[in-house]
Amino acid sequence: MSTRRMIGGEIILKALADQDVDVVFGYPGGVTLPLYEKIGQQNRIEHILVAHEQGGVHAAEGYARSTGKVGVVLATSGPGATNTVTGLVDALMDSIPVVCLTGQVTSHLIGNDAFQEADTTGITRPATKHNYLIKSTGDLARVIHEAFHVATTGRPGPVLVDIPKDVILGEGAYVGPDEIEIKQTYKPQVRGDRKAIEEAVEMLAAAKKPIIYAGGGVINSGPRASRLLTELVDMTGYPCTLTLMGLGAYPASRAQFLGMPGMHGSLEANMAMYHCDVMVNIGARFDDRVTGNTAEFSPKSRKVHVDIDPSSINKNIAVDVPIIGDCASVLRDMLKVWKENKLKTDKAALKKWWARIDRWRAKDSYGFDQGPDVIKPQFALSRLNELTRGMDIHVTTDVGQHQMWAAQHLHFEEPNRWMTSGGLGTMGYGVPAAMGVQKGNPDSKVVCVTSEGSLLMNIQEMATIANYRLPVKILNLNNKVLGMIRQWQELFHGNLESECDLSGSPDFVKLAEAFGFEALTASHPDEVDDAIIAMLESEGPCFLNMGVDRFESVYPMIPAGAAHYDIVLGPDDQRAEVDDDDLAMASLA
Amino acid sequence: MAARKPRKAATKRELAAAKDAIQEHTFSVLVDNEAGVLARVVGLFSGRGYNIESLTVSEVDQDAHRSKITIVTNGTPMIIEQIRAQLERLVPVHRVADLTVEGPSVSRELALVKVKGKGERRVESLRIADIFRAHVVDSTNSSFVFEIVGDTGKLDAFIELMEPLGLVDVSRTGVVAIARGSQDM
Ligand SMILES: Cc1cc2nc3c(=O)[nH]c(=O)nc-3n(C[C@H](O)[C@H](O)[C@H](O)COP(=O)(O)OP(=O)(O)OC[C@H]3O[C@@H](n4cnc5c(N)ncnc54)[C@H](O)[C@@H]3O)c2cc1C
Ligand SMILES: Cc1ncc(C[n+]2csc(CCOP(=O)(O)OP(=O)(O)O)c2C)c(N)n1
Repeated sequence: MSTRRMIGGEIILKALADQDVDVVFGYPGGVTLPLYEKIGQQNRIEHILVAHEQGGVHAAEGYARSTGKVGVVLATSGPGATNTVTGLVDALMDSIPVVCLTGQVTSHLIGNDAFQEADTTGITRPATKHNYLIKSTGDLARVIHEAFHVATTGRPGPVLVDIPKDVILGEGAYVGPDEIEIKQTYKPQVRGDRKAIEEAVEMLAAAKKPIIYAGGGVINSGPRASRLLTELVDMTGYPCTLTLMGLGAYPASRAQFLGMPGMHGSLEANMAMYHCDVMVNIGARFDDRVTGNTAEFSPKSRKVHVDIDPSSINKNIAVDVPIIGDCASVLRDMLKVWKENKLKTDKAALKKWWARIDRWRAKDSYGFDQGPDVIKPQFALSRLNELTRGMDIHVTTDVGQHQMWAAQHLHFEEPNRWMTSGGLGTMGYGVPAAMGVQKGNPDSKVVCVTSEGSLLMNIQEMATIANYRLPVKILNLNNKVLGMIRQWQELFHGNLESECDLSGSPDFVKLAEAFGFEALTASHPDEVDDAIIAMLESEGPCFLNMGVDRFESVYPMIPAGAAHYDIVLGPDDQRAEVDDDDLAMASLA
Repeated sequence: MAARKPRKAATKRELAAAKDAIQEHTFSVLVDNEAGVLARVVGLFSGRGYNIESLTVSEVDQDAHRSKITIVTNGTPMIIEQIRAQLERLVPVHRVADLTVEGPSVSRELALVKVKGKGERRVESLRIADIFRAHVVDSTNSSFVFEIVGDTGKLDAFIELMEPLGLVDVSRTGVVAIARGSQDM
């Protein structure tokens, strides 16, 4: 054991370095000053000075999701710590590995309402996967290593370590990551139960109307899981749908990809989910945006659910074959069983199933009409998709209509290319996340698709992006309104626009220039391609303000809590005319 | 400690067999006795809207810093499975036993019951205490404090009988429970 004694601040930096951390997104304050003194004396770990701690957490999330590494945040006590809360919950909901270090007031002052004291572990207990308050410098290295372990293993998530000032200043022994004993209590199950896997594979092979429904867990499991998923889908010839969090886990360009399921998913994905006889859920969590009315969710299917977190299983939907394990490991075992048992699919049944799916697909439910005058947001995004084909590209989004259109019209061939706030739906995620993605992928084109409401929530990070000359591209789909709010008010709340107008927003072009961005505009359909190309080709950070149709709504849409057959395909379609069967179902309901 | 068996979730059939009836379950939860562990457990229940009928906690192993929390809760089979999975997911939790389903168990609760009264009522309260094997742990010439141990039903019955005899105050420990037989947790 190399029990070197070191100062707390040095221990923190050494522990981060031993955890292979290259970059930390942080903001200093009184109690972390002794740590900043040490940060200033080294150059092993790069510190990015963000503009707001929430931005720091989203940046760490973007970095983590795009690189597969842990995102690290450093904040001071009190307001610094409380500013991280939204980001932490966002990472918790979307299973993103983040380690957040916060400063705390000196140990003997804790509980005294000391200057900039907040009960950080109390506040963040339900906002993190786990959190710690360190009591002595001697515990520092062990706890930081454990925090990384907990953040990255099992179902990933945010872990917070609260460090009092005296612990940073004190002296203690350093231990390396390999010298610590991981808590006995924490042992996620990676390998799936063999019998359950056999049962699942047999069910899959015997299916007449199968669907593979995969989600963010495949991305969490690493690129190998996406390769194995692709192998399974291709080998069986079965249709595959990917949740908002799973996009990229199977190549979007392939014919077997049905698009996204759920509230704003494609007609074919939702109808296939509804009518299937076997559903294999791999790393998705039957979220209510996907299931709609759970009583009416895929009523005729037998269901398999693969998830590393036992609490995800039978939470919303009871399943026939639960498999607790890591996606990559279970997929590998499933493929092995399939090959060993020389299983065959029911070709004739599958042909009929595909014929039916193709009829749904022929409705082109993501379709739109780009008229001669006003830019349709869908058009802008489908052009972005065309113009970036084959490029090394990463996309982040904010939250709202633009996010849904991006999910529908941007096609991802690989995992870790698409970063969005799914579970918490945090407006303000996109810009800082793009900054983190760019930091982790310096040579990639990183595009943030946003809209004014969201943009204004963390616009301060444009300063950070410019300051570090990160060549992030921001595409602002400017509809002068909180579009998603406007859409719901139109459809469900008396067709009255209440407090969603943003026509008084600032001049974003001037604002972008003031931040140090190159700023471009487009307001006519004919300008779209040139503007997007100019944005992509610009050297540094670039902002494209694109004026788009204020009145466009996202379709298809399954109203909240409705069943899949209640899907609405467009403004003139009060109930989708989908298929005789579906109409029959709808009239029964 | 016994090795942890790999976790298996319930199947739809198992859940359906139990219907959607609300059931009462007693969980025994072995945890590291570290700062905030009780807050984690309690926060989990309040944050997710689960019921707590009774909760007790105390250190059971000083050397290993382990505490045991006994929780009596209720819910549909799906909720009960969730509660178990959510408890197991907490980092300082060693083991969760659902004593209601994992074989026979015993559970006990202790109550201190204060009764005020004179004359016939005072005699009657003593007589009932005797039947329930409750002990007098404090007495004045106008009151008794009884100590009674038993399962929740027995305590409820005793307290109900004391009501008309001058019940003035009750303190209860909440339920502690343990599996029968020779196995450790
Ligand atoms: C405005 C808005 C609209 C939305 N509309 C839709 C919509 O129409 N369609 C849609 O799909 N979503 C939509 N969402 C997103 C939705 O809210 C959920 O975030 C999303 O559906 C969840 O994705 P998921 O099921 O893949 O689970 P995730 O949140 O990605 O969770 C991953 C699951 O995998 C498990 N897991 C993690 N790691 C592993 C591993 N290594 N091995 C195995 N399992 C693992 C986890 O335990 C968890 O259960 C919308 C969000 C917003 C903000
Ligand atoms: C922090 C936060 N506050 C409120 C909401 C609720 N909300 C969801 S979408 C939306 C409107 C988004 O407007 P904008 O960012 O302009 O995007 P658009 O829908 O116009 O594309 C709002 C207010 C949210 N998701 N996040």
